[in-house]
Amino acid sequence: MESRFRILFLIVLLSGLSQISLAADSTSGPVDNKADQIVPQEQVIQPQVKRRVIKVQNIGTDNLELTAFTGLLSIEDFGTHPVYGLRLDYHVTEDVFFQGTLGQSKGGTTSYERLSAGVPLLTDNQRKYIYYNISIGYNLLPGEAFLGRDLAYNTALYVLAGAGSTKFAGNNHFTITVGGGYRVDVTDWFVVHLDVRDHIFSNDVTGVDKTTHNFATTLGLTYVF
Amino acid sequence: MPGRTEFMYKLVLTVVLLALANMSFAADAQKTLLKVVDPYIELHTGPGRGYPIFYVAERGEKIQVLYRRTDWFKVRTKDNKEGWVSANQLQMTLEPSGKRMVVKDLGEKAFRQRSWEYGALVGNFGGASVISFYASYHFTENISTEISVSQDIGTASSSAFLGLNLVEEPFPEWTVSPFFSVGTGVIGTTPKTTLAASQNHNNQYADYALGARMHLTKRFLLRIEYRRYVVFSSRNAYEDIDEWKAGFGFFF
Repeated sequence: MESRFRILFLIVLLSGLSQISLAADSTSGPVDNKADQIVPQEQVIQPQVKRRVIKVQNIGTDNLELTAFTGLLSIEDFGTHPVYGLRLDYHVTEDVFFQGTLGQSKGGTTSYERLSAGVPLLTDNQRKYIYYNISIGYNLLPGEAFLGRDLAYNTALYVLAGAGSTKFAGNNHFTITVGGGYRVDVTDWFVVHLDVRDHIFSNDVTGVDKTTHNFATTLGLTYVF
Repeated sequence: MPGRTEFMYKLVLTVVLLALANMSFAADAQKTLLKVVDPYIELHTGPGRGYPIFYVAERGEKIQVLYRRTDWFKVRTKDNKEGWVSANQLQMTLEPSGKRMVVKDLGEKAFRQRSWEYGALVGNFGGASVISFYASYHFTENISTEISVSQDIGTASSSAFLGLNLVEEPFPEWTVSPFFSVGTGVIGTTPKTTLAASQNHNNQYADYALGARMHLTKRFLLRIEYRRYVVFSSRNAYEDIDEWKAGFGFFF
């Protein structure tokens, strides 16, 4: 878009310049009058062929998807809580896509904290759960879904895996993400996603270093552009 | 103290929003009319090989190209049928100038002549897990500059670092193209909260790397690298850290 503007600006500038140079020519016109009369006749008609060049680059490509999602995240030992975030997908081929995710949630209290009545393991700020990851996805089962007699929507069941970081309990944790989802393309630019992801990281907040599985089930609304 | 993940979170968010602002305007497609010259082209219900063919546009028919998704083109026929045509089939049409429509495939040449490249790598940084994002600009086929943001997450501490590198690719024509780079950066380390309190510290480092890239398909490449960091600590001493990473990138 920017380059298009630049080209437009350039055209305006150039045509302006040529006007100026033409005007300059006409002021010096009388001197060249004679020369004008003996201009060869071959080029009386200038061909006005305006060829339209179509480049594939000019056809808009819709390979990006921005998703806002919300759902439930089950944080191991800390209960299940709402999660929300953003995802950006880039579709490389009809099968493969890349995805970056940002999300946040908040952990609750562990059963230990509840039973021991008032010995908090974490401060309120440390219960904040923030994560990002990058994943590679594969559209495993593309297909169509039918709603009644007249409506058909393109769908796909996909799997993905990736890596990222989670900040929880005051520390950063290297996190592996695996999951899958189902997409329904309502229109070419609007998609509904249902996703399940397991965020796997090791955490020592309960005293022992253990691998935790934190499942998120989310519903996402997507704009394709 | 804002955490490293929080910082990366904000950074990625900013990049996403910037990308959006840039791209939302790029989609105003020039509506292109093409004439079918092969016996027919097939319109699928979706942008994929498996979606059923529901309409066949015949020789002589004019079709309008609306937009593209990966290697599929959404087209509209004269009688307002809309469907998806593969890039291969679209090449069997004529442009208004009478020339064949050419859908350029992003081959090895496009890869060699790329100017911008972005990617993400995952690996091991002196025993800790590391994730890094990079953007590079190629001045020539051989020389590029690269900026990277990384986060490493160890058992005792985590750190974030920002680096700037100069990269030389001596054999860009090779299928697996090796590169080496030298650069510098800053690294900020935060000790884990469950350990005895110690200070956050920022240090400068110098690094060099050896690696290779391979063009996979379209805008998509594979990258693997070994990097050695020399971190200058404030005590006039330095520390060597080895790093291995692999990941994917895109080029434009």
